[in-house]
Amino acid sequence: MSANGGPLLEVSDLHVEFPTEDGTVHAVDGISYTVQRGQTLCIVGESGSGKTVSSLTTLGLTQTQGAQVSGRIEFEGRDLLKLDKNEMRAIRGGPISMIFQDPLSSLHPFYKVGAQLIEAIQAHQDVSKGAARDRAVELLGLVKIPDPQRRVDQYPHEFSGGMRQRVMIAMALSNDPKVLIADEPTTALDVTVQAQIMSLLAELQQRLGMAIILITHDLGVVAEIADVIAVMYAGRIVEHAPAEQIFSAPQHPYTWGLLKSIPRLDTPRDEELVPISGRPPSLIKRPSGCFFHPRCPYARESHTRIDPKREPVPGDPGHEVACLLEPDVRARIWKRLVAGDSPEVLKRELVGASPAPVVATEPAPETPGVEP
Amino acid sequence: MSATASPLVEVRDLVKHFPIRQGVIFQRQIGAVKAVDGVSFDVLDGETLGIVGETGCGKSTTARLLVRLLEPTSGSIIFEGDDIATASGSALKQLHRKVQIIFQDPYSSLNPRKTVGSIISDPYIIHGMYTGEGQRKKQVQELMDRVGLNPEHYNRYPHEFSGGQRQRIGVARAIALEPKLLIADEPVSALDVSIQAQVLNLLRNLQREMGLTLVFIAHDLSVVRHMCDRVAVMYLGKVVELAPSDELYSFPRHPYTGALMSAVPVPDPSGAKRERQLLAGDVPSPANPPSACRFHTRCPKAQDICSVDDPPLESKGAVGVAACHFPLTLDEVRLRLPPALTAAVSEDPRYSPSSSSASSSASSSST
Amino acid sequence: MYVQYWRYMKDIVFHFNFGYSYQNSQPVRQEIFDRLPATISLTVGAVIVWLAIGLPIGIISAIKRRSVLDRLTMSGALLAISAPVYWLGLVGLYLFANDIGVVKIFDGAGTYTGLTANPSQWFGSLLLPWLVLAASFAAFYARLLRSNLIEVMSEDYIRTARAKGLPERTVIGKHAVRSAITPIVTVLGLDIGTLLGGAILTETVFNIPGIGRLAYEGIINADLPVIQGTVLFGAFFIVIANLVVDITYAFLDPRVRYS
Repeated sequence: MSANGGPLLEVSDLHVEFPTEDGTVHAVDGISYTVQRGQTLCIVGESGSGKTVSSLTTLGLTQTQGAQVSGRIEFEGRDLLKLDKNEMRAIRGGPISMIFQDPLSSLHPFYKVGAQLIEAIQAHQDVSKGAARDRAVELLGLVKIPDPQRRVDQYPHEFSGGMRQRVMIAMALSNDPKVLIADEPTTALDVTVQAQIMSLLAELQQRLGMAIILITHDLGVVAEIADVIAVMYAGRIVEHAPAEQIFSAPQHPYTWGLLKSIPRLDTPRDEELVPISGRPPSLIKRPSGCFFHPRCPYARESHTRIDPKREPVPGDPGHEVACLLEPDVRARIWKRLVAGDSPEVLKRELVGASPAPVVATEPAPETPGVEP
Repeated sequence: MSATASPLVEVRDLVKHFPIRQGVIFQRQIGAVKAVDGVSFDVLDGETLGIVGETGCGKSTTARLLVRLLEPTSGSIIFEGDDIATASGSALKQLHRKVQIIFQDPYSSLNPRKTVGSIISDPYIIHGMYTGEGQRKKQVQELMDRVGLNPEHYNRYPHEFSGGQRQRIGVARAIALEPKLLIADEPVSALDVSIQAQVLNLLRNLQREMGLTLVFIAHDLSVVRHMCDRVAVMYLGKVVELAPSDELYSFPRHPYTGALMSAVPVPDPSGAKRERQLLAGDVPSPANPPSACRFHTRCPKAQDICSVDDPPLESKGAVGVAACHFPLTLDEVRLRLPPALTAAVSEDPRYSPSSSSASSSASSSST
Repeated sequence: MYVQYWRYMKDIVFHFNFGYSYQNSQPVRQEIFDRLPATISLTVGAVIVWLAIGLPIGIISAIKRRSVLDRLTMSGALLAISAPVYWLGLVGLYLFANDIGVVKIFDGAGTYTGLTANPSQWFGSLLLPWLVLAASFAAFYARLLRSNLIEVMSEDYIRTARAKGLPERTVIGKHAVRSAITPIVTVLGLDIGTLLGGAILTETVFNIPGIGRLAYEGIINADLPVIQGTVLFGAFFIVIANLVVDITYAFLDPRVRYS
């Protein structure tokens, strides 16, 4: 039983694997994180990082793809992975709900929006159709859809992209969730619409006090709304810290790579983008030792053999990173990167001898059938 | 980019309407999607011109018109002195030796049944260059190496490559003929963040090496700022602002540009919590755009004249041009841009408050 | 030639007169209308049977994809589609017909009587023909529904339905099937249209006095007016069926309504 001070949701050592014809896909490889009441956790990663799979698994939605799951997901004192089908269904769309990336394809094209909302409501609450309908109209108003009385009887294709995402949000809020999982909710939307939706989410969180797990690859979005950030790579969390620290003192070379490779409005225009070389690894045959070493400019030979564990950063409470470089070396590298030095220079100067062998960037086959 | 560089392409009053037809047997035209509705701009030799806008603004249509994948409804596109708007047949084929395009989706823009080598060889085959097969293969492999692909993968199929690599294949194909003008239609939007920088750097390097002129179409303002010398902002088929990057990103004049800037999330938690200037409502349909100034239905500064008198694209006191009766004042800009950008503006005498009211009447109260 | 054609068309359109049968000098129109009830009985019954068998099999196969059950039914379906209907009919009669069959369960050929004349006889005489005619259609529809359903199940809105906490049977029954069934309805309409024009082979094997049988007799006897009449009628039904299908599609898919 979680006490008032305990976390709302606690994921411990979660592993999710998919057996496929080409081998076992290790989509999520031992991740742990917690979410407090009313907090916003952002999971940052690219395709193949496992960010989506971990959230789908929280809601038991990966079963249909034949996932093998182990670990613990504790919510309000119960392990979600041990619940039976009916108990899990009561959680999905109720205390924990989820919205997805593409609002056009996420709503059923043949049913009216109101009907879909009513369905979500009646799945968890014992109310009459009329009461459910009233609640549906109320929810549409809550997400600032104008003229909700009329629009509740329209079909999804009659709404614009931003409006549809608001409908999805309304549907997710219909049973007063404690945790809202949002998987790339604005990636498919125009930037002005994205701003509207992010503003709406922030406001709703304030009003309703729910926790949000936001999955995204957009560091700008993350900066806006995150309290805590978890950076995922190849199925692992490589860095986990309060938001300010990820941006001011990032510790993992992947995080550095992400921050240095994106063009930003607030840095000099002609500053070179420093890309991360290579490509995300195959989740079937992962690199030896540290998963990131083939792409890490600072990898030493020993990093091809040793797999780093997530460890706290000395002097930085709440900040954890999985990296074999020494903390002081990391701090210096980041400082110099900010100043504009290139990784090659820093590697020679700061990381020292015994570099990792050059790895040819072979194209790995696309991981079939599994959504990242 | 010096202002005296000559235009490689002059686009004048370019229009592309897609008819909407209805009817069981005889299809009547009942309306049109005004994708591009009277657009004029120059592309200067050797520059990178960015075109930004959101869904329905017409930037992709403009891209296709420039490379003549589409024929304009009216207007002219003057490329190296010739109007290519109505070119056809062999003239069009000749044009494509000089103008090429890279598409957005690396997954659907490559023929899955052809090998990479074959895809990149196509331009040579079509235009009768490098007729010897061995010669051609060598040339293609050189191209592959140039864009960062392994030449040994000549015989592989697109599905064996990642998104970023497929995009490089598209680039290789586009530069095979050493074009003068390269149109890139959202070349990195479908790629992972860590790969985007690779492809962007590649484009920049190729441009420098080959002396290309690049028209870069995107919706991501940060990317465009990084890549482009001048930027055109489009809304519902019209160019609403066109300015050098430095100017656009420190002192945008058009309220829509301001809204775009304000909406861009910046990866900096301290600057991120600034007050957003959000636009109300949705983008109107291009089939039924608002009268006169297309933006007046959502503009925080709109007044009566805006729905009656379509403002022309003209200078508002600095180098760039904007189409607005009530352009943004410096104070309004400060509310919309990240502090880092606006800090530079106040010191620059070009952008003193007096110069911002060069065209219109009394500036309205700041929003 | 074209004068003939013009007169023929005029007769049909204005007088609904299809000419007279060479064989028995009866008005073709009358012959067709007499046979219509039989063909309609055969068609409607077969439709019900094949939907009742094919659709559930399709759904179950899609849910239990790649299981033994699925592989068995899909192979069986392939056989059923491949078997020509007249062969199936003859085998059916040989095995099951009351008069000549090995296992005497169904009424034999030629036992058809009108619905109003003798309901139970009518029903009994049509059972085997229904099953035979429905066999290949049921198989086809099962395979079609199965493949549509598998495709729909991977759509995003199915994931949303599950994320809402709906029971799996609602997700499949209400969300997935609703989408998968739309192309089936269109095919159904066309099939009905074709069958109403006369299931020639089935009617012949079972000696059911329908339009198909009439066409067969007309061909055997080189009875031109009859042939012309049945062909025209068949074509008419197909055109009507197409129209109905178009309208139904708009009814089923709201996106089409406003284009």
